[in-house]
Amino acid sequence: MLTVNNLFCERDERVLFQNLAFDVADGEIWQIQGSNGSGKTTLLRILCGLNDEFSGEIHWRGIAQRKARQDFNNEVFYLGHTPAINKTLTAKENLNWYCASRGISNSSQIKTALNSFNLYGYEDMPCYLMSAGQQRRVSLARMLLSQAKLWVLDEPFTALDKQGVSELEALLSKHAKTGGSIILTTHHSLQIDYPLQLIDLDVLAGLVAA
Amino acid sequence: MSIIKATLRRELLIAFRSPGEIINPLMFFVIAVSLFPLGVGADQAFLSEIAPGVIWVTALLAVMLSMDSLFRADYEDGSLEQLLLSPQPLYFIVLAKVSSHWLVSGLPLVILAPIFASMLALPDAGIIPLTVSLLIGTPILTMLGAIGMALTVGLSKSGLLLAVLILPLYIPVLVFGTGVVNSALNSLGIAGLMALLGAMLVLALCLAPLAIIAALRISVSL
Repeated sequence: MLTVNNLFCERDERVLFQNLAFDVADGEIWQIQGSNGSGKTTLLRILCGLNDEFSGEIHWRGIAQRKARQDFNNEVFYLGHTPAINKTLTAKENLNWYCASRGISNSSQIKTALNSFNLYGYEDMPCYLMSAGQQRRVSLARMLLSQAKLWVLDEPFTALDKQGVSELEALLSKHAKTGGSIILTTHHSLQIDYPLQLIDLDVLAGLVAA
Repeated sequence: MSIIKATLRRELLIAFRSPGEIINPLMFFVIAVSLFPLGVGADQAFLSEIAPGVIWVTALLAVMLSMDSLFRADYEDGSLEQLLLSPQPLYFIVLAKVSSHWLVSGLPLVILAPIFASMLALPDAGIIPLTVSLLIGTPILTMLGAIGMALTVGLSKSGLLLAVLILPLYIPVLVFGTGVVNSALNSLGIAGLMALLGAMLVLALCLAPLAIIAALRISVSL
């Protein structure tokens, strides 16, 4: 689905990775590992087309990603460090706009998505009144709404409680089992009954040094 | 286009829930214009002569002041990244975003302008041309300002840089805007100047969103 070839990225005169190549197929979960500052977030942002400070090739379903931007955007969900929710708006209002921006008109799903993240009763609460974990749940609710095939998740487990973590893990393996793909970074050890593909940026950087 | 409607709704909701960002530029306009008669003296003939310029310049500065809130919150909370990843046409999302910003920052200035114009003893013949020239001119200022803001949103202290970037672009609008009012006061035809302002607005509406999108991509990629 997403093919990466010969990827090279340098930041502040430090090579983060080079000759990076992998192929994310349907139903695969890729975990990107590395210490702080090893370039995990940069890599995810490059894969999503948010950062173009790199050289190399990224293909989406065989077409160069830059040329297939609309198809790509249609099928990708990105969760960054920031929650991407406006705090003055309620959970429902935030998700309403998100649905419109994805071209999804069925807003009845919003309630279902919020319920599945235990936010029943919080639909109309302004997000600034919510805890960090609840705000994270609102961002995660977008994941279900997006109908995206490829989930790109940057530290999705941050701020979630134990129950939230296991629910999210179950959700990830469900997505992969139904043919979706996931690329994620996390420092949390994943408890998923599903094979993981690993990329270790520290090892890659070590090879560079050697 | 449901995305335009949804974006307008979101932006207006945000604006009305944090009204400080709307009221500050408006208060600046009100205070600055009110101070002029106190500073330059209450001579009616002199005031009416400088009125078009005073109102246009303060409106221009008020629009520039209001720009800072555009894109800032979206950049900080990550909504901008989601916006750039939207499969919907970005052109319309950006156009709706900037338009709603004008609705809450530019339009109130246009509505207040006639009141302040008569306070500055602008003759009746100039009041309608002034209001119409601001109605056409302030959206151009907002569009141009949005380009500068999109370029500088990633910087923490962008105020001065924004001014340096966009003030040169504001000058033609100011010249034609005040030109409309002065021509009307001297009983000259204003159709030509109005047409030029109108053409600038159409150009800004067509092209500015493209520049804003490109600038946002650069800012987000930093």
